[in-house]
This record gives sequence, structure tokens and C-alpha cells, in this order.
Amino acid sequence: MLDLDRLTPDEYRTRYLELQSRARARAGASSPTDLPMIPPDDVIATETIPPGAYASFRIRRGEALHIVNPAGTPGASLMLWNADDPSERFNAGDTLKLQWTTRLTTGRVLFSDMGRILAAIIADSGAGHDAVLGPSKPDRGAGRNGRDNLRNAAGKFGLSRRDLATSLTLFADLAVGEDGTMCLRRAPSPGSFVTLRAEMNLLVALSNTPHPLAAGGATGSIIVTRYRTAADAAAFCRAFSEEARRGFENNDAYFA
Amino acid sequence: MLTTRTNALLDVTVPARAPFSAVLDPGQTLRIIDLESQQAVDALFYNADDHTERYSAQDTLLAQARAGGRYDLTTGAILRSNEDRPMATIIGDTCGFHDTSAGACSCESNTVRFGHETRYMHACRENFLTELAKYGMDKRDIVANVNFFMNVPIRPDGELTVDDGVSEPGGYVDLRAEMRLLVVLSNCPQVNNPCNGFRPSPIRCVVWDR
Repeated sequence: MLDLDRLTPDEYRTRYLELQSRARARAGASSPTDLPMIPPDDVIATETIPPGAYASFRIRRGEALHIVNPAGTPGASLMLWNADDPSERFNAGDTLKLQWTTRLTTGRVLFSDMGRILAAIIADSGAGHDAVLGPSKPDRGAGRNGRDNLRNAAGKFGLSRRDLATSLTLFADLAVGEDGTMCLRRAPSPGSFVTLRAEMNLLVALSNTPHPLAAGGATGSIIVTRYRTAADAAAFCRAFSEEARRGFENNDAYFA
Repeated sequence: MLTTRTNALLDVTVPARAPFSAVLDPGQTLRIIDLESQQAVDALFYNADDHTERYSAQDTLLAQARAGGRYDLTTGAILRSNEDRPMATIIGDTCGFHDTSAGACSCESNTVRFGHETRYMHACRENFLTELAKYGMDKRDIVANVNFFMNVPIRPDGELTVDDGVSEPGGYVDLRAEMRLLVVLSNCPQVNNPCNGFRPSPIRCVVWDR
């Protein structure tokens, strides 16, 4: 039997390079998709979040949030917790590292700190989503900001600032240059959207506040449609990468 | 070679794969020495007087992004808290590149990244749980950390990977505490990627007064 604690450095390296090679071969396969079909009978609720405001949702495994940005407002901050055990939460480092990329679009998944999938990106217009720099902060001036909005949303779930770590900013296309500097590549197009399917029962905080590198404030509402999905709605994500498949297998074991 | 200073308050060799923690007063300096080279050291930081104020990788990188800086850490970098306050400053660095985007390894994430067969191998978040428990903290308190001496390039095409470390034997990083600071380290046990040269090795931690 393979004793993983006793391989030679060269054997470990070979295993790593094989994984990396397969990840690189898949990297280009993730691409934006068309608007998802949402049959009216499957819609549970719709929420319009005004500029600067936040909303929170408790959603069940198998439901999805279709998040639309009609005006192209430059970013909206998102945080996810396992509703059944909020010590399990969105982990930006794992989400990026496990998928070998900072580019999150259709086919990619959002990982918790427990090697499980919180949500799958089942549709996405390709506006880019940033897991590196986090929400806007009070230094943007008086009024609403992403950090405090996420904290307040957490507070209403009975959680505290201990329960907030890294978050994800939707509709923000972070570019890293050859010299390692960071900027937003472009503003999101009006009508940008992303559709997240819950792969466990979730607490969701969504703040309509811009990415912290964007100039100015929120320019429009964010519209969220919560709807029921088919059992195989995330099949594309599950098949997209071996890492996603193993994450889904961990979810399967959790719910078995 | 390591130092001409002799008034160390603490001078500890941390074995390969082991955790470590210390509380620093403001102005004190912690030197983390990569004794044998290519050894990642995962680090968390807490306000020693209120552990709910803790290191924030995203606040730290946002401040660097706004100043036209890079996605990684080196001399001059200010490690910021979730209240966007300075916790520590990197005042010396022989390596030039420390990651704060990729987080710590865990048994659970190892299953996803390297296969289910790696579930029972030792991991940094095991070390963090063990060490944080001594301060009354738990998994909720594990946030995105710094990975000293860990080479995680983010490439223009978006690829984020773990490459071979570039730190030399005896290389070090010096951190000056900017508040009363709890430092929690995991001398990374990972052998499934190159962050430790596939052979975890000891580190040395030295604390000096201001």
C-alpha cells in the first residue's frame, strides 16, 4: 500500500506535477454562460437590494440564488456559512488554491474551510469575482460599506466578527500584472449576473457595496432571485474538475 | 551569521511539523529563521488583549493594492487587522516573497487538492487548532494566514499555484509588533506540494526587545 508519509521528495514532486498539469489543461475550459432558464413555478422569492444596503438569506441545499446587476454597479460583497454549523464558512484561500486559479466563473465552485462545496457557479456572465482583496471598508466615508454590512448581516444570524474572515466580491474583475500589482480590469457590464447553487444549507450575506478599488459608490440595485433547481443542476460543475468532483464527494459523505 | 544581537528574550527551535506561539509587546521583534531553506511557516496574528481583532489578509493586500504594491509580502509590508489597524511590520527579509492568498493546508482541503488518500496526513490547521486551544480559541478563529517563505505566484492569466520556495538556508524574516500581539505559527508539514521542498524541516524563532 502507498505510504504517503514515506515517499521520496522526487515521488512527491511527481504527484504534484501531475495534478498541476491536469489543472492547467482545464484552466481555459471555464467560460461565461448564457442566462439560466428559471421556470416561474420554481421561483421562491425575489429581493431587490438598494445601493449601499445588504440582505441576508437562509437557503436550502439545492436552491439557487440568481444575482443580477442591472446597472453594472462595480461590485457586491458576498459571505456564505453552513447554516447547520456556521463554524464552516467560505474560505477564499481554499477556493483559489484548490482550483489553481483566481478566475471564478461557470464551472467553478466556492469551497468552505472543510473541503466541501458551499455553492457551485452554475451560470455566470463573466464579469469576474474577486476573492483576494475583500469588501469595502469604513474609510470610504460615512454610510454603508461592505465590511460593516457583512458584519451586520452576520450579527442577525447570531454571529460576530469572529465569524467573518475572507469574503468574495462579485462583479469585480481583479487583474494582477506581470509586476504583481493589482487593479480592476474593467467595470461590470449592465445586466451582469452570477447564479450560485447551494450545495449545503446556507446562510448568505450579500452587500450591495462596490469593490474597494472601484471609484465612487454603488450605482444601482442588485436583484436576487431565489429558486429551486433540479437535482442535476450542478452536474457541469461536478464534472468540471477533479478537485470539484472530490469536493462534491465530500459533500455526499457529509449528507449521507 | 544570524545576528550580532545577544539580548534575546526567547530563542526556540521549532521542530519540523510542529506549532509554536508567543506574545510580543509593541516594539518587540520576532525573527523567524528558515534554518535549512524552502520551509513554509504559516502564521496567524491576534490582538493579545482582544482575540476577536485578528490578522486580515484581505485588509493587508487591499492597503498594498491601493499603494500600487504587489499581491505578496516583503520588507515594509504592514500586516493589518480586521479593524484595518497595523498589527506588525516586516522590517527585515532575506527572501523577498511571502504569500498571504493561499491560506493554510488542512486534512480536508488536502482531500480535494491531492486526493482522498491524503486525509490523515498532518496539516497546518491541525497545528493551529492545537495551539489556539491554549488561548481559548477554536476553528472559528482560524482566518486567512501569512505563509512565510512560501512561493505562491498569481500569474496574469489568473493561475495561482505553489512553486518551489526561494528561501536560502538561514534565511529569515523580522516582524516588529505594532500592538500587544499573539503570534501563532505552524511549521508546515505539507509534503504534497513544493512549499517545504517535500521535506519539512525545523525553524528557529528569536524574540528581541525594542
